[in-house]
Amino acid sequence: MNLLSISRRFLLSRGLIGGGLLGGLAASTSAPASSPALGSICYADGRAVGSQAHDNLHAHGNMTTVGTVDHAANGFDPHDILTDWDTGVLSSDAQGRTVRSFEIVAEDKEIEIAPGIRFPAWTYNGRVPGPTLRATEGDLLRITFRNNGSMPHTMHFHGIHGASMDGVPGAGEIWPGETFVYEFTARPFGCHFYHCHSVPLKRHIHKGLYGAFIVDPDPALHPEAADVARSRLLGTPENAHWQEFLMVMNGFDTNFDDENEVYAVNSIAHAYMHRPIVIERDRPVRVYLINVTEFDPINSFHLHANFFDYYDHGTTLQPTLRTVDTIMQCQAQRGILEFSFAGFEPGRYMFHAHQTEFVELGWMSFFEVRA
Amino acid sequence: MTRRLFWTLGPAALIVLVVWGFLWLDPMAAFRGMTPPVEELTIERTILDETGIHLQVRAGGSEAMTIAQIQVDGAYWRFFQDPAGPIDRLASVRLDIPYPWVLGESHHLVLLTGTGAAFEHTIDVAVPTPTPDAALLQTYALVGVFVGVVPVVLGMLFFPAMRSAGPATTVFVLALTLGLLAFLLVDTMSEALELASEAAAPLAVPELVWLVAVATTGGLFAAGRRNGGALEPMALAGAIALGIGLHNLGEGLAIGSAFASGSAALGSFLVIGFTLHNITEGIGIVAPLTASRPRLLALAGLAALAGLPAVAGLWAGAFAFAPHWGALALAVGAGAILQVIVEVGLLIRRRLADGSVQPMPALAGGMAGVALMYLTALIVPA
Repeated sequence: MNLLSISRRFLLSRGLIGGGLLGGLAASTSAPASSPALGSICYADGRAVGSQAHDNLHAHGNMTTVGTVDHAANGFDPHDILTDWDTGVLSSDAQGRTVRSFEIVAEDKEIEIAPGIRFPAWTYNGRVPGPTLRATEGDLLRITFRNNGSMPHTMHFHGIHGASMDGVPGAGEIWPGETFVYEFTARPFGCHFYHCHSVPLKRHIHKGLYGAFIVDPDPALHPEAADVARSRLLGTPENAHWQEFLMVMNGFDTNFDDENEVYAVNSIAHAYMHRPIVIERDRPVRVYLINVTEFDPINSFHLHANFFDYYDHGTTLQPTLRTVDTIMQCQAQRGILEFSFAGFEPGRYMFHAHQTEFVELGWMSFFEVRA
Repeated sequence: MTRRLFWTLGPAALIVLVVWGFLWLDPMAAFRGMTPPVEELTIERTILDETGIHLQVRAGGSEAMTIAQIQVDGAYWRFFQDPAGPIDRLASVRLDIPYPWVLGESHHLVLLTGTGAAFEHTIDVAVPTPTPDAALLQTYALVGVFVGVVPVVLGMLFFPAMRSAGPATTVFVLALTLGLLAFLLVDTMSEALELASEAAAPLAVPELVWLVAVATTGGLFAAGRRNGGALEPMALAGAIALGIGLHNLGEGLAIGSAFASGSAALGSFLVIGFTLHNITEGIGIVAPLTASRPRLLALAGLAALAGLPAVAGLWAGAFAFAPHWGALALAVGAGAILQVIVEVGLLIRRRLADGSVQPMPALAGGMAGVALMYLTALIVPA
């Protein structure tokens, strides 16, 4: 008899009809004895733990990845990525215009995207997301792109440029060992990004070839809102008052079944849950948020206990949405969030995707607000 | 003598030399680093209790592998591994996951390895895994007795009638036994192979099942005929009881593990179905004894030998069970059944050889045996 394939529904009904003799035994087999010695149990990475961890199955701390990521071995730290703007090497051209030069190298690199899980990534400058290029509206950008990877790659910028600088197959795509120089003016101001546009497109993006491209507004060009523009312009005292963070929402398909196993902000699952982002309570916060998540149509951002103003694509100096606590972005959509915890009770404030599926697979974070 | 020694040690030394030379020259180095290691994980046992979900898993990769993270129902969850660290090829570890599972619902687990490979495991219906306390052991024993011992005893009650019948009826009943055993052989073997397919692949359990079955048949056949001649009636009855007992052990394992994993609820109809199904077994055991005068104690012993293993099977299936052990136990059972098929077949041939009985009752008996087993199997809701 192949009992293991018995239809449960059928048996249950039989069990009820059968009634007296032995029916319902399964239900009476609850209340098992306590579990075996917990003292010998260890984390997967070898750290011994006590039995307290078992006391409450519903503890929020149980819903997490286990262990720590070796950021040093990765060569990048998600906490550094929040604020490490790459402003390039500055010079001037014959007309006195500011020229910003960047060097980007594509390379294959294995990175640890959740504790113990290694992903064979394709990277810009050895990190995912790639370097955050930050310029001022009107600057001439000169990006020297070298391909040290194993596949042809490009850098396709979301911005305004000519066809020959588009970074697609036939215009700026280079083979391993080759170099190409992208040159265009930084515009429009806003929160943008760049990514590889070689085919197959989906794979070139989800393997890690993307990064942020932020263009700050030039206050001189926006006299009607010069204060706002100055607060966005890196290097001004007004801007220094803000606490600015880059957050790239991404995911990783570790077994290549076209579904993400890991979701995160800035690549490392639960990075800002295990070590919250510290915020000074009385200074305003600005988040440059970009969605590059592959395979899922949208991603989202939800802030706990607070509301924010939102600038879709960051291309305006007036909010496009006011006083919201959740926004969603399709892939390649991005925007700027502005909010303040001034006067709030100090403590931990969650932020996360409000697709709980993504939350439980890594996209869960904390701000630690300090007075 | 020296020549024989040379031709024994020579090839042996050459084997060692070839292995050493291959490893030293390392011609496979060209492939290294091109492919990730092959990884294989088999979940051998799932335990649910008030501290969460517990898995016994066996690794079967090309090298030691790590379980980096575990998702339960699409959420990364804290887990504890014992022993910690990378899992060697064919080694097994216990995973404790403090997850608040929900009674009667399904749960899906994904075990992610260091390379990002995902191994899925589904708990079809979450019920607390029974723990062996006296009351539960007793209840399982009762089920085992109803599935194993009761039907055998009931079948044996036909013995007086069988004795008073003529030689044609005796041959009919022996052939009926043959048909019954043929059915059990196929049933046991298919169940062994099904369990084997759930075991860790590198253990090669399906191959082992065939080898163990054949070896058991050969071993029992040789042991039974160590004095040269055919088996005495009582010895043959004992052999049949042993084969049926091992089959009932397998039946117990299947029932026990089905209850433990929540894939079957224990209904009265299920048990009664098995009881009716197994009555033919009792007839089969006493079939060779029609010409002798067995003592009641001997008959009781035969019933115990055939029926009680069902109790052991239920206990093992419910409380401690790895698919490879179950498969091997069933393989032994299949081998034992094959041995008695041969012995009963030979006995029927001897009865037919003197010409006093026509082949027709034998043919009808064999068909009836298979048909009876098949039809009573339909009663069991499986």
